[in-house]
Amino acid sequence: MKEKIIEKLLLFCALLTIFTTLGIIAVLLIQSFNFFKEVSFFDFVTDTEWTPLFSNKRYGILPLLSGTLLTTLIAVLVAVPIGLIIAIYLSEYAPKKVRSILKPSLEILAAVPTVVYGYFALVYVTPFLQSIFPSLSGFNSLSPGLMMGIMILPLVSSLSEDALYAVPKFLKEGSFALGATRFQTAWKVMVPAAFSGIAVSVILAISRAIGETMIVAIAAGQQPRLTFNPFVPVETATTYIVQVSSGDVPHDSIEYRTIFAVGMSLFVITLILNNISFWLKRKYQATYS
Amino acid sequence: MKIEAKNVKFFYGQDQVLKDISMSIKKNTVTALIGPSGCGKSTFLRLFNRMNDLIEGARLEGEILIDGVDIYNKNINVNELRKTIGMVFQKPNPFPKTIYENVAYGLKVNGVSDKNIIEESVEQSLKQAALWEEVKDKLKKSAFALSGGQQQRLCIARALAVKPSILLMDEPASALDPISSIKIEELIYQLKSSYTILIVTHNMQQASRTSDKTAFFYMGELVEFDDTRTLFTNPKKERTQNYITGRFG
Repeated sequence: MKEKIIEKLLLFCALLTIFTTLGIIAVLLIQSFNFFKEVSFFDFVTDTEWTPLFSNKRYGILPLLSGTLLTTLIAVLVAVPIGLIIAIYLSEYAPKKVRSILKPSLEILAAVPTVVYGYFALVYVTPFLQSIFPSLSGFNSLSPGLMMGIMILPLVSSLSEDALYAVPKFLKEGSFALGATRFQTAWKVMVPAAFSGIAVSVILAISRAIGETMIVAIAAGQQPRLTFNPFVPVETATTYIVQVSSGDVPHDSIEYRTIFAVGMSLFVITLILNNISFWLKRKYQATYS
Repeated sequence: MKIEAKNVKFFYGQDQVLKDISMSIKKNTVTALIGPSGCGKSTFLRLFNRMNDLIEGARLEGEILIDGVDIYNKNINVNELRKTIGMVFQKPNPFPKTIYENVAYGLKVNGVSDKNIIEESVEQSLKQAALWEEVKDKLKKSAFALSGGQQQRLCIARALAVKPSILLMDEPASALDPISSIKIEELIYQLKSSYTILIVTHNMQQASRTSDKTAFFYMGELVEFDDTRTLFTNPKKERTQNYITGRFG
């Protein structure tokens, strides 16, 4: 009897998360549907202006996506090479002791509240970069992009290291036995063998960067602009949602519904990325079992 | 003598796993290392290409000479040394690459870039490993597409491609079916004319079929080392007798 109650309780908890997810998707879908009754989908994906809060309303999401893409790209350019180098160092070179200290310390980076990174980008990194590039605006995508790269760095390094560490030892030995150096072994055998795990870590990091809100909201600006110039203010999709939902836009207006359309777009992008990583995992797993 | 071990003692931390082992091996012979699990035969094998260097806290005393040179000498370049000594592992361990790239790997990491030389060497090594006929039409396919026995012959081809003079084999047939296992044995017999081979095995029939000399290890000691025929038909030590007749181990 008691067992039954516990079982039902556990099931209820599991269902609760599923229903929450379904509920969120339903709200996104309904509100987006209402949005697209007033704005053509074609305009939404092709128009190069995003001005729903002005009198001359334009609803092209490209400027927001370019802001998101640009900051994400900068973050990935920082996090992937450095993260991979750290992962290779930790799994192939570092003595056990160094590894047991360095790995947890890196993971602390992920525990820093993102608002701290955002603040740091705005008041330290941007002024510092301005001393090198005088043309840099006070708000820009470079500085929050760099900070975001630091933020997702442990995600790449830690998960890639796990993937490298999971490669069977006899594969490494096979390479050494042929006279390969440590670096040749790491680069030509271990990284390809751990490819799926590394790719998944990169995709997760990209998803995290796309959805990141606080850093870009604080330091990238609020000017939707279709550009790939990292020196000027931009607005990311997430920043726009923050701007509208914390502002005084009346509910049940078209301006209000824009945030659901933007949210839906973000959801679709991360969903696609998740599926890619799921597919990669399945495709490459179990090769050595 | 091609290989000489002189008073070799080996430790993992505080544990002594090899106790004062001396052994000489002639060129172009096959030597089988037999004994129960944990007797130190694999550890002994891995001393010859310094594979045990990878273990933190391991320590060697004594000397190991190859062609008269102490391979644990400070001036020895380990990567250069390993090029002259091929190794085949217990489980087939092809790299996540194509069949061709697996065999070419050893040459490429050793700085060979001439495509013709590599191509020729790949073909020759695969022929030596009796795999060429089976894979010549699918060299660009992943090595994982091969069966376990084929993968193991691929690993042998990979080892041969760098032109070693010694082949170390650590239970090369233990993960294979009987037919693949026989193929590996035939291969060992053919390779004997050009390589000095050391093979660790649990299978006593395999040891008696493939080797010229057999060394019996027990608890880190070299109990007996003799011509294979003598060791299997007329062992001098009682422990050897008990092991080969299946009374323990």
